[in-house]
Amino acid sequence: MKGEIIAGLAIILFFALFLYVAASNTGADWGGADGEAEGVIAELTEGTYEPWFEPLIEPPSGEIESLLFSLQAALGAIVIGYFFGYYRGKQSA
Amino acid sequence: MHIMEGFLPHPWWEVWYALSLPVVAYGIYRMNRLVKERRETLPLLALAGAFIFVLSSLKLPSVTGSCSHPTGTGMGAILFGPALTAVLSLIVLVYQALFLAHGGITTLGANVFSMGIAGPAVGYLVYRGCTRLNLHFYLSIFLAATLADWATYLVTTLQLALAFPSATGGVVGSFYAFGTVFALTQVPLALVEGVVTALLFKYIIQVKGDVMVKLKVIDEKGLGKLREAIPA
Repeated sequence: MKGEIIAGLAIILFFALFLYVAASNTGADWGGADGEAEGVIAELTEGTYEPWFEPLIEPPSGEIESLLFSLQAALGAIVIGYFFGYYRGKQSA
Repeated sequence: MHIMEGFLPHPWWEVWYALSLPVVAYGIYRMNRLVKERRETLPLLALAGAFIFVLSSLKLPSVTGSCSHPTGTGMGAILFGPALTAVLSLIVLVYQALFLAHGGITTLGANVFSMGIAGPAVGYLVYRGCTRLNLHFYLSIFLAATLADWATYLVTTLQLALAFPSATGGVVGSFYAFGTVFALTQVPLALVEGVVTALLFKYIIQVKGDVMVKLKVIDEKGLGKLREAIPA
């Protein structure tokens, strides 16, 4: 049980930290770090840098994008659940 | 968070492609051999790949007020080493670059290098070093996974700093500028990833510890001790 408790506490602490920052720092917009890097690049090059290649397919909306991201997570989670379920079941059988 | 499409100028995107390709090729060769000769390790390979899939899809908020995602490559690196993990990361990175406009095809070489090669190499070395020092097993896993995650974003920071040296501070100046975006944001995420990876290893020990011995991740004695510590 010790491992589960430590992991649980770490995750709770992580989100508590997020809530604390969210409550105290109203300026944060919680954008992606890659988007912020774009800002730094614009600053360093004084806005002269133009990306020389565009993504071939862009998700048509934020909803579709989160759909594809959750699909990715779901696929991974299915495999992880199958792995542990299968071998645990085999063990106790 | 990976480097976005079109955001690495010539010659950097070619450089990172050139550095990543041989490792990925070697990883594919190793994976083929593993599939043919040691089929008992395949479930663990699938697990390591799936773990990368899940973790790299979770964009989490960090104390810096922005979001980033963990990499999940520590597990693969500990079990199979960096070359195989590079192949697993490549799959995820291609999916995200093609369908999600996250990362990119032109920056794929750089992103494979940071997430698939540099991070896992650090994780692998840290784990091996900790075993040498006889550190507690789960602590070693935690350190390896955390540092693999963090090293990934240090390398991303370095890649951008090299490509965009600041006019006043040079590469070092840019490194600080990108560092506050990537490396700093990643610290809490890397710690959580380390803890979660260590917990998953407890379950792997439970159900597939014997394969870990075959992969020379732990020895028979260590496995016995760890199994005893877990109540049935």
